[in-house]
Amino acid sequence: MSSETKTTESYVEKPKALTQLRAEISAGTIQATDLAASYYDRIAQINPRLNVYLSLTKERALAKAERIDALAAKGDPLPPLAGIPVGIKDVLVMQGAPSTAGSKILKGYRPPYDATAVAKLEAAGAVLLGKLNCDEFAMGSSNENSAYGPVRNPVDTERVPGGSSGGSAAAVAANLAVATLGTDTGGSIRQPASFCGVVGVLPTWSRVSRYGLIAFASSLDRIGPFAANVRDAATLLGVIAGYDPKDATSSAAPVPDYAAESDKPVEGLRIGVPAEYFAEGLDPEVRAAIESGIAALEAAGCAIKPVSLPSTRYAIPTYYLVATAEASANLARFDGVRYGYRSPESDTLSAMYSHSRDEGFGPEVKRRILLGTYALSAGYYEAYYGKAQQVRRILAEEFLHAFAEVDAIVTPTAPTPAFKLGEKTGDPLAMYLADIYTVTASLAGICGVTVPCGTTASGLPVGMQVLARHLNEGTAFRVARAVEAAQS
Amino acid sequence: MTAKVTVEDVERVAELAHLELTPNETGSMLHDLNAILDYVAELNELDTAGIAPLAQVTELMDVSGGGLRRDAVVPSLDRAKVLAEAPETNGVFFKVPKVIER
Repeated sequence: MSSETKTTESYVEKPKALTQLRAEISAGTIQATDLAASYYDRIAQINPRLNVYLSLTKERALAKAERIDALAAKGDPLPPLAGIPVGIKDVLVMQGAPSTAGSKILKGYRPPYDATAVAKLEAAGAVLLGKLNCDEFAMGSSNENSAYGPVRNPVDTERVPGGSSGGSAAAVAANLAVATLGTDTGGSIRQPASFCGVVGVLPTWSRVSRYGLIAFASSLDRIGPFAANVRDAATLLGVIAGYDPKDATSSAAPVPDYAAESDKPVEGLRIGVPAEYFAEGLDPEVRAAIESGIAALEAAGCAIKPVSLPSTRYAIPTYYLVATAEASANLARFDGVRYGYRSPESDTLSAMYSHSRDEGFGPEVKRRILLGTYALSAGYYEAYYGKAQQVRRILAEEFLHAFAEVDAIVTPTAPTPAFKLGEKTGDPLAMYLADIYTVTASLAGICGVTVPCGTTASGLPVGMQVLARHLNEGTAFRVARAVEAAQS
Repeated sequence: MTAKVTVEDVERVAELAHLELTPNETGSMLHDLNAILDYVAELNELDTAGIAPLAQVTELMDVSGGGLRRDAVVPSLDRAKVLAEAPETNGVFFKVPKVIER
């Protein structure tokens, strides 16, 4: 035995493919109720170690599974996600289920309605297992900002799963759900998917209704799926995408058959590689993994072309001004009046607001509210928020310019593999830099998919980010499928 | 854009945001805000004269949004269910501590 005690454990297990599970349920070889029960057993066994689920919605899940089994027994046609166990990030509301957004200020809140994306999944037959841990109000890159404790990475429990949708990524990686929903404001789907070795989708801004999403930064927030393979992620996006009268910002553009789009060959596609994403700060092992992924795309018949996104280095400062300004406005609604936590010791309205917010919010949320309030305050608005909005246009136009030459752009999803718990918690700026490759697409509103693309020598997953122009998710899925195919 | 944030600034902004910070929190926020604002000052390197601000991205897309929904009366959330989530109500309205002395 070595003198060094092994403290890390791995809980990685790949879920079965959605089409296979659905076929088995349809044929009656497995029951949706048994499948749900087996997931709850695995959750009971592993969740205490990983802290992926904050709450379970067993009653609702089993009732849904029973209805699917009844349909299957009658031989009725089954909906596209019939019996598929799915987990939901805790920033999305589910009627009657605790929805905390990872915050103490919403402890005990049971929303009176379902988010549209949640309702659409269930209408498509999904069995909703429970609510997944995340950074408080989706603010963070490691899941260490959750008021309910960090999630551990199933690949290596001494490492973070990424954030803010850390629970959503870890649930798929550890087979505690077949697929999950997360949200992405500056990288919160893509970066954790990369850290946990699963597929994550950033849909175009406006593609998925945000009704029932607890808002962080409305010009950036998006809801998207996580899955163990690209085709399943494409199927889930097809279910949740589309116009919703309850969200005036949702797009009326028709929803293509994303799974079918992902089946198309990539031969002849032009793939852009921006030098700015391979500069200083990129881990050499991540670089090597991404370069071999690019070589695989070339071998599959893609034309690889250099593209330039020269202002990329300004994306993080731009993002943290825009996102915090919007957050300071969105989080004003948490005031102890209508839902959530109210401080018991306040005898005036003003003191009730301040005490409730001070006791209810964690340090990162307060930091961002203060930064955003400062950037919007009299005398500083033009210098900070105004300037950031101008740079946002420059960054978006650089993408549009690049997409005139190429069909997709590929980059590393994150500059490093998953880092250790506690490694960056003392330095907010170092944590913000974990989003360096994801925030620009967020600011531009374009879509993307992150797909596993090799590992480091010690077995930590590396993700490749495939970006495509607005509403061209199908192209991103196609390219991601080709990268995925080259892994096996 | 290189203004140094002071303790008074932090206190003023906290007041605007209805956050009551402890002295410890004020100190750490002062440190963090200055570090972050120093970093975002990099944006000054870019000449943005004449560039229109981009507040959101729909204008960059070829398709329009869904537009405004039909102006029709539809049921809203049930009052009792909504009030059930509030810290304090009288069954009809939300209740809050006294606003005006009399």
